Amino acid sequence: MYENIIVERPEPKIGLIRLNRPKRLNALNRALMSELAQALNEFAQDDEIVVVVLTGNERAFAAGADIGEFQGKNPVDMLKSYRFKEWEAVRTFPKPLIAAVSGWCLGGGNELAMTCDMIVASESAVFGQPEINLGIMPGAGGTQRLPRAVGKAIAMEVILADRRLTAQEAHQWGLVNHVVPTELYLEKALELARQIAQKPPLALQLAKEAILKSYEMTLAEGLQYERHNFYLLFASEDKDEGVAAFLEKRKPEWKGR
Amino acid sequence: MAYETILYEQDGGVLTITLNRPDKLNAVTDTMLHELRDAFKQAKRDESVRAIILTGAGRGFCAGQDLASVKERDPSAGGFSYGAHLRHTYNPLILQMRELPKPIIAAVNGVAAGAGMSLVLACDLRIAADTASFLQAFIKIGLVPDSGSTWFLQRLVGPTRAMELMLRGTRISAQEAFDYGILNRVVPADRLMDETRALAAELAAAPTKAIGYIKRLADFAATHTLAETLEYEADMQELAGRTADHAEGLQAFLEKRAPTFQGR
Repeated sequence: MYENIIVERPEPKIGLIRLNRPKRLNALNRALMSELAQALNEFAQDDEIVVVVLTGNERAFAAGADIGEFQGKNPVDMLKSYRFKEWEAVRTFPKPLIAAVSGWCLGGGNELAMTCDMIVASESAVFGQPEINLGIMPGAGGTQRLPRAVGKAIAMEVILADRRLTAQEAHQWGLVNHVVPTELYLEKALELARQIAQKPPLALQLAKEAILKSYEMTLAEGLQYERHNFYLLFASEDKDEGVAAFLEKRKPEWKGR
Repeated sequence: MAYETILYEQDGGVLTITLNRPDKLNAVTDTMLHELRDAFKQAKRDESVRAIILTGAGRGFCAGQDLASVKERDPSAGGFSYGAHLRHTYNPLILQMRELPKPIIAAVNGVAAGAGMSLVLACDLRIAADTASFLQAFIKIGLVPDSGSTWFLQRLVGPTRAMELMLRGTRISAQEAFDYGILNRVVPADRLMDETRALAAELAAAPTKAIGYIKRLADFAATHTLAETLEYEADMQELAGRTADHAEGLQAFLEKRAPTFQGR
């Protein structure tokens, strides 16, 4: 049983995880992150699940780290706490992961959203990295993923000057996929999940992997990586089914093999 | 509600907010701005409020920013910053009025000048007494229109008339304002509140949620493309379609009776 998250299966093939510390605006404490990692690991191994939506509530996706956990800590404490271990479960989650964001999406919350593959935002979402106000800086990928999403100049302003981005601005600069009325943000994310859920799971996994590699490899290496994944899919039953269904003008039935 | 500079009075589903510094033609002070923001916040929260009237006490609607309070600021403390003042007070107030998902009707009882005229323009519907008048007074003291006037006015009267009103600060009568398209109605002064209340009562009995969605759509459409607006219409219609009032409206239509909307 989870205390800080709610795990649901709203419809076939789709997993839904709700961050659930509403009184703390879903501040990401160790307990929550550990539960999130566990839930993601379970979804990763569950053949029935093709895509996962991660959300908070209308007021907050997550307002940041649980600052109380920083008090009195020195670098050695932080090192020994191994506190980013749980984030690896998000970063390496093999299936498409969609963040459905409304309200505050700050600090660790924004880093969590950016670690997902896509972001659907409500009109009232606010994105920011306010760590600088505490005499620290982003520590869960903010300085790396934000400039890759919005470019250097905007990322500098967000992280150094605590510039907050509205949903529209975040959309304009490529941080989020869709902005929709607040009442509909979760539905929109589920609609996107539904589209993805109809695709072949193995191809989803390898394509996602290849896209993420584009941030870590040279173009030549990335192209080679892509080609290997491309060839690999020719070993799958789903490739045979997909090509056959296309030629026979019928809907494919994926097996995930 | 215990306010110093405004009155907050509810009668059924209709809330009347009255600017209440009649000896100063209801000129806007910091306190009034603060109280207006609080009042609109209450009006948004309170489900029993389904239509809002904004009017002024005495012979004026609102003379705009109280210039005495600008002059009083201590120059040694950095003087008065118009930019900061607008950003912290008027700007959020105007946005709050536009984002309030309930109809706001201006009942313009007298002169509406400067920011007072902006307040009128930020309402959804506007009725004025035939004795009322309007002016973009800003230029008369070397300032520019603010509180949304440059945005609203062009949309209401077109760029040609808007520019002349803003550049010259000319006073126009209620009848002229009506002819320009600023007002929905001009009525004899002694009929102003009765007419406004009747309209407010009608809107208070309407499907409130749908009215809120229409406000959002209208403001969205003003700044977006047709394709984007069509998409937003689909979203808003989706939401409207889920309201209890829509279900009631549909049911009443089929049963050939008058609907009773609850604002839900």
